[in-house]
Amino acid sequence: MQTPAPFDYERATSLDGAIAALKAHEDARIVAGGHSLLPMMKLRLAQPSRLIDINDLTELEYIREEGDEVAIGALTRHVELLESELLAERFPLFRDAERVIADPTVRNRGTIGGSLCQADAAEDLSAVCAALKATVVMRGESGTRTVNMREFHLGPWMTAVGEGEIVTEIRLRVRPGHGSAHEKLERRAGDWAIAAASAALWLDGDTIADAGVALSAVGLTTIDLTRAEDLLRGARPGEELFAQVAAIAAEDCSPAADGRGDVAYKRHLAGVLTTRALRKATARALT
Amino acid sequence: MNISISINGETVTRDVEPRTLLVHFIRDTPGLTGTHWGCDTSNCGACTVLMDGRALKSCTALAAMCEGHEIATVESLERDGELDPLQQGFHECHALQCGFCTPGMLMAARGLLDVNPDPTEEEIRVAISGNLCRCTGYKNIVAAVRWAAEHQEVAP
Repeated sequence: MQTPAPFDYERATSLDGAIAALKAHEDARIVAGGHSLLPMMKLRLAQPSRLIDINDLTELEYIREEGDEVAIGALTRHVELLESELLAERFPLFRDAERVIADPTVRNRGTIGGSLCQADAAEDLSAVCAALKATVVMRGESGTRTVNMREFHLGPWMTAVGEGEIVTEIRLRVRPGHGSAHEKLERRAGDWAIAAASAALWLDGDTIADAGVALSAVGLTTIDLTRAEDLLRGARPGEELFAQVAAIAAEDCSPAADGRGDVAYKRHLAGVLTTRALRKATARALT
Repeated sequence: MNISISINGETVTRDVEPRTLLVHFIRDTPGLTGTHWGCDTSNCGACTVLMDGRALKSCTALAAMCEGHEIATVESLERDGELDPLQQGFHECHALQCGFCTPGMLMAARGLLDVNPDPTEEEIRVAISGNLCRCTGYKNIVAAVRWAAEHQEVAP
């Protein structure tokens, strides 16, 4: 039987209360969906002294447009991200990713805040948010601060969230000419990715004004393909360009061999999936 | 800690450790052993129940997290000796072999039909993609869910 080691439990009734509880108890952890944390606790990979359950803080559950940004509350569940017409319209790669994250039952519980805070390199939304150059909003005792998604993950399972801080929101800037896509290959339904690629483009006429490309499951953290983004920026989308980007993707990732495939295969996949994501992103930007 | 959870419409109260998982709370306290405890890793879906109408793997939720919520287990499907159309469909279509995955399959399918009463085969396959049948009898399970969709009776 797998059961976590003993811990104390409390249910937060306010965001400030949750922050105070985090401060007051050493090794306390926030639990939302719990679908990453509880399995880790069963395996003793995580052993918090106290869980602070924020599932009642429904004020953190929203997807809304605010000026030229879309704001997503940290407690928003995968199922809401999948079904949101606003997100599908503004950032179509979200629906691509959500269709293949775990399974519908898990998607009923898991949250975007939890997904990003897990800082698991094989997790999809981290690549999605990196490609979109999202901003992560955190709140602590002394107020609110923001961190660019590109600086949010400090290493495997390590984030920029400080002691006594909680991620409250993800912000995405809406810019014209956008198209995006997420491409993932998995061994079977609901499995972790063998590799996945997120691509986002912002076109100005027939030229790429800005681009974001990030890879999942082919390194110790989400891989931001900054070299590829530099190449894309200012260029015209097309097969020759995508082939160059694919070559960079294969080169700049650092996959490990495991049951899902060897290094050469995963590098190959990184290139292929990046190309597919760019093709789809371009087509979407042009429609 | 003292936990009260509404299970199939009845409030169940018990003093448990915070680390008690919902699946054990359901099986131990009211003795509702229809909810199967399978892989313990949120992979197999044998422990699927509904929480506030949505499918949940009860091995990956603390009982404490479910206080104040409505849990429905496989035992809630039969009403006054009448099988749920899904249960009848599993019977008609021979959708169970060893039966271990059946409670989870039924609850995942119930969660689907409650929001989508007329699902396509593909939608059914997606809905049960978090449930493993170790006898690999998926074809008949999908047929049974379709059967149920075609035989949904209006509740009296």
